[in-house]
Amino acid sequence: MLEVQDVTIRFGGDTPAVDNVSIAVKPGEIVSLCGPNGAGKSTLLSVLAGDLPPQEGRAFLDGRHLHDFSPQELATRRAVLEQSPTLAATFKVKQLAGLSIAIEISPDTVREIVTDTLMAVGLQHRAENRADLLSGGQQHRAHLSRVLSQLSSAGVEEGRYLLLDEPTARLDLIHQVTAMRVARKAAQQGVGVLVVLHDLNLAAAFSDRVALMHEGKLVAEGTAEKVFTGDRLSEVYEAPLQVDRGPSNTVRVSPIFFADSG
Amino acid sequence: MKRIFGLQTAAGFKLFAALGAVVLAIAAAELAYGPVSLSLSEVSSAILGWGDASSTAIVTQIRAPRLLLGIAVGTALALSGCALQGVLRNPLADPGLIGVTGGASVGAAATIVLGDALALELPREIRPYLLPVSAFLGCALVTSFVFRLSRHAGTTSVATLILAGVAINAIAGAAIGVMVYISDDRQLRDLTFWTMGSLGGANWTMVAVTLAVVSVAAAALATLGRALDLFQIGERAAFHSGLNVERTKRNIALLSAIAVGGATAAAGPIGFIGLVAPHMARLIIGPSHRLVLPASALLGMGLLLGSDLAVRNIVPPAEPPIGLATSLIGGPFFLWLLLTRMKGRGLVA
Repeated sequence: MLEVQDVTIRFGGDTPAVDNVSIAVKPGEIVSLCGPNGAGKSTLLSVLAGDLPPQEGRAFLDGRHLHDFSPQELATRRAVLEQSPTLAATFKVKQLAGLSIAIEISPDTVREIVTDTLMAVGLQHRAENRADLLSGGQQHRAHLSRVLSQLSSAGVEEGRYLLLDEPTARLDLIHQVTAMRVARKAAQQGVGVLVVLHDLNLAAAFSDRVALMHEGKLVAEGTAEKVFTGDRLSEVYEAPLQVDRGPSNTVRVSPIFFADSG
Repeated sequence: MKRIFGLQTAAGFKLFAALGAVVLAIAAAELAYGPVSLSLSEVSSAILGWGDASSTAIVTQIRAPRLLLGIAVGTALALSGCALQGVLRNPLADPGLIGVTGGASVGAAATIVLGDALALELPREIRPYLLPVSAFLGCALVTSFVFRLSRHAGTTSVATLILAGVAINAIAGAAIGVMVYISDDRQLRDLTFWTMGSLGGANWTMVAVTLAVVSVAAAALATLGRALDLFQIGERAAFHSGLNVERTKRNIALLSAIAVGGATAAAGPIGFIGLVAPHMARLIIGPSHRLVLPASALLGMGLLLGSDLAVRNIVPPAEPPIGLATSLIGGPFFLWLLLTRMKGRGLVA
């Protein structure tokens, strides 16, 4: 289990970025972290990733303090896709996809893993292209393939975690679904997935649990049906939102637009 | 055989073989050509101790130390340039441009002018190390400052880096000016020749010290291929991929300071090798640092020895400073880089 207990993070200023939050991700489940801009989602993800030591509270990976892991050890247990991954070199897509593999394995195994993960994100036909010349969305998928390769090469069967910070933000509709299917597939293989999502409908469709954050605090946590209520969402987002059911009976959130008469 | 350096392809292996052959040819020319030209058989018999007295003296006392010093200096500048460019994610991070060489120059100039008083207090055995050590300290000071600049943002913009370099080089220039002002005639002469940069001062003691210092740093820098690759996806992602980012940065800062300090102490400030060699290496061999590092080292040797060969043979027996040749190669290359790579992207690499 990857968890934080009573974590508070302050960047200076009066309001903490994360305010006394406890949350856990279990192997095999997808937890979506939702909330308006500036709610503290990415900061919380950074604590879970081991980037940011909690100023108050504790962070554990399978019962052991996160900061007791070496970076190398941590890399075999959890992989992280940042919100805006970058690349300052002219690597080919296949090189980028294998870059984060953290242990020594044979070039043949690397090739197999990279082929698989590029296929999973739909970039197999771009393997030989330069990654820095791809479109923004394709680059994002190449980085997703990189973190998937890192996780599947780790040689650890149990207790692996995947942290995705807005993996769908730069993707078209179809590839948003592809990315979430990739997360689902990882979860089926026992990986615990935490994903920061702005699209509440994607969150509702693909998550086992959702967590809603507002001004650093965890407002509600549970199934999408329980957490995503019209009143609660309208309050958190400070805008009128309506919740009903979509075609396959999934929770569907839509904003209520008013034509501006102003 | 193909796994050497992690080479995946026979083509990559051929490229390294070709680079190695070019460096060997330039090295042979370094031994053979000069005010007195020798044939290759004269050179080899001089090395084996069969040659006549004068050619043996030329080869073993003048040209061989010079050749080895050139190899050490070229390797040191190219590898530290490559490592600095990699870790700062910045293609213009040349030790000279960002002021690291300037730091070394101040350390060295201070030793040349003020060191006599101090050196008398020191045992004879460690006196030759005074110059490299103070050059290293100057380097280390500037390098740690440059890395501090990059600490907050994760990446340093080219503009920040170059402006910091301008400021550091101005301070270094002023400090060296003070040294020139207070130096006596002999010190002034030493200082002037030293600041022009040259392999001409090579003797076996200097070569031994420089080779020892540089080869340790170079060997350690050459193992950083994966780490430098990971820096290309940003410091945070590098950490996520298992790299101890802070420790690696500290090591690279330290090793580059040792390498540039050692090289600059022996040969003076020599510009542009650290900028040009890694770029040429990337153009030839691709972006992977496991290959770029050794290729940069070979190209650094080739460029420096080639420049030395040129300045020694252009108007013999006079010898223009080697910095002239490296700047003549490096300056236009730098402009070309600005015109092509930076086009449309402003000064942000």
